[in-house]
Amino acid sequence: MKKFINNNDDFLKESLTGFGKAHSDIINVNLDPSFVSRKNKTKDGKVSLISGGGSGHEPMHGGFVGHGMLDAACPGFVFSAPTPDQMQAAAEHVDSGAGVLFIVKNYSGDIMNFEMGAEMYSGKNDSIITNDDVAVEDSTFTTGRRGVAATVLVEKIVGSLAEHNGSLEECKKLGEKVNKNAGTMGVAFTSCTVPAAGKPTFDIGDDEMEFGVGIHGEPGRKREKIQPSKTIVGNILEAILDNLKPEKNEKNLLFINGMGGTPLTELYLVYEDACQILQSKGIEVTKSLVGNYCTSLEMQGASITLLKCDDEILKHWESPVHTAAMRWGM
Amino acid sequence: MSVSFLISQAKGVQKVIDENSAEIEVLDQKIGDGDHIFNIQRGLKLVVELEDAIKDLPLSKALNMIAMKVLSGIGGSSGALFGTFFMTMAKSSDLDKDVDFNKACEMIISGIKAMKERGKADVGEKTMMDVLLPVSEKLNELKNESEFKPGLNEVIKIAEERMLSTKDMLATKGRASFLGERAKGHIDPGARSSQLIIDTICKSVINN
Repeated sequence: MKKFINNNDDFLKESLTGFGKAHSDIINVNLDPSFVSRKNKTKDGKVSLISGGGSGHEPMHGGFVGHGMLDAACPGFVFSAPTPDQMQAAAEHVDSGAGVLFIVKNYSGDIMNFEMGAEMYSGKNDSIITNDDVAVEDSTFTTGRRGVAATVLVEKIVGSLAEHNGSLEECKKLGEKVNKNAGTMGVAFTSCTVPAAGKPTFDIGDDEMEFGVGIHGEPGRKREKIQPSKTIVGNILEAILDNLKPEKNEKNLLFINGMGGTPLTELYLVYEDACQILQSKGIEVTKSLVGNYCTSLEMQGASITLLKCDDEILKHWESPVHTAAMRWGM
Repeated sequence: MSVSFLISQAKGVQKVIDENSAEIEVLDQKIGDGDHIFNIQRGLKLVVELEDAIKDLPLSKALNMIAMKVLSGIGGSSGALFGTFFMTMAKSSDLDKDVDFNKACEMIISGIKAMKERGKADVGEKTMMDVLLPVSEKLNELKNESEFKPGLNEVIKIAEERMLSTKDMLATKGRASFLGERAKGHIDPGARSSQLIIDTICKSVINN
């Protein structure tokens, strides 16, 4: 394992402290219990959005705290759900009285810990669960799909509605709509290495890829030989389109997300391939997002997310945002 | 059950889990995401480190401190589930009287019931509940028996059989559930760590 690391026990604390210093104009980092919150207090009457999850997916979620997006984020240990006391402390810190909406990725540990955090928090609160990963077929044998990159889109779009004084109920409703309208699937070329483990999470041949990989390096649909980008992108899009079934005249946001170890050069190539394939199917790409937003440590690979957009979603996508990792319009 | 019993069991379990950590890590990497063993080890370390803070406390307070430590110090599914287990045990009534075998069984049974509700998992779904729920049922049969040591040998056997039975199950809960058919052929790491914990504690009780 080659990583910038001093010792395992301090890994997260040191990284969070650095994050806090690097973006001290936007956020504050609280340690013990750890949460990232906006530098400025939530304005009265604004619903507070809190997300969180295991670390190792940076910039998700701490990088999305700021105007137009989250009010707080609770980072767990690498790839481990945060603990209920973090959610409780974050909620008490940011809630201005209008209530708290927890945004949770569908992973059992996250669900359980957020549930307990919500039970421990005495203020008004509600939760939405994201489950955009189409890699795992929905069947009677699965508790559901994983929540992955579309969580970024949910946080941006609902964040805007909250900034525009949407109520807790309205925010939840919009978040559920965005989640329902989104489909994601990823591939990995290499494994990631959890610092505490010190070795790669899975073995993979030089000429192999994991199709449908999860954001912790957990296996997906199948292991297969690597193929030209157009073939990989085509197969991913097929799985997403099967699931989302967008209408021909519908507007869409195309989100190419890097897993952490793939250069932007390749991500833009993936974007181009995806645009061409979608165009050939008569599917309109109206909005774009390309970059490393929901990563899996140093894993090489990418995920593609397609989000069907109505006017409400488009409006809140375009509105100003000012966070460490996403910034436009202000 | 006493505070010194809890501390000595935590130390015993820590030793066994450490000895088997490589195996559990591999199981979790096959079908999960590899964090289970680190979470369990971190939790045990935190509990063992509590010794000085809890050794002179009444049982209810000690259990409560263990629960809060586990809940806030571990994370992941294990933190929520084992935190729920200890929190439920801490809420049992009459803890400041002598906690005999019958009472201890009732506390463990109620703790496992709360874990089941928190994790929304049942037997047959390839999780730690495949081991814990049958063990809980057996304890319910045993709790009123005056000679319970032979029964604990049966508990050890049940835990082992149920742990092994997760190998051929299709996962429907926990992270392994996302794998569908591909999770078959591997023992569930949570079932394995739970079985080791039960095995260690039962053997220690039988031999004392």
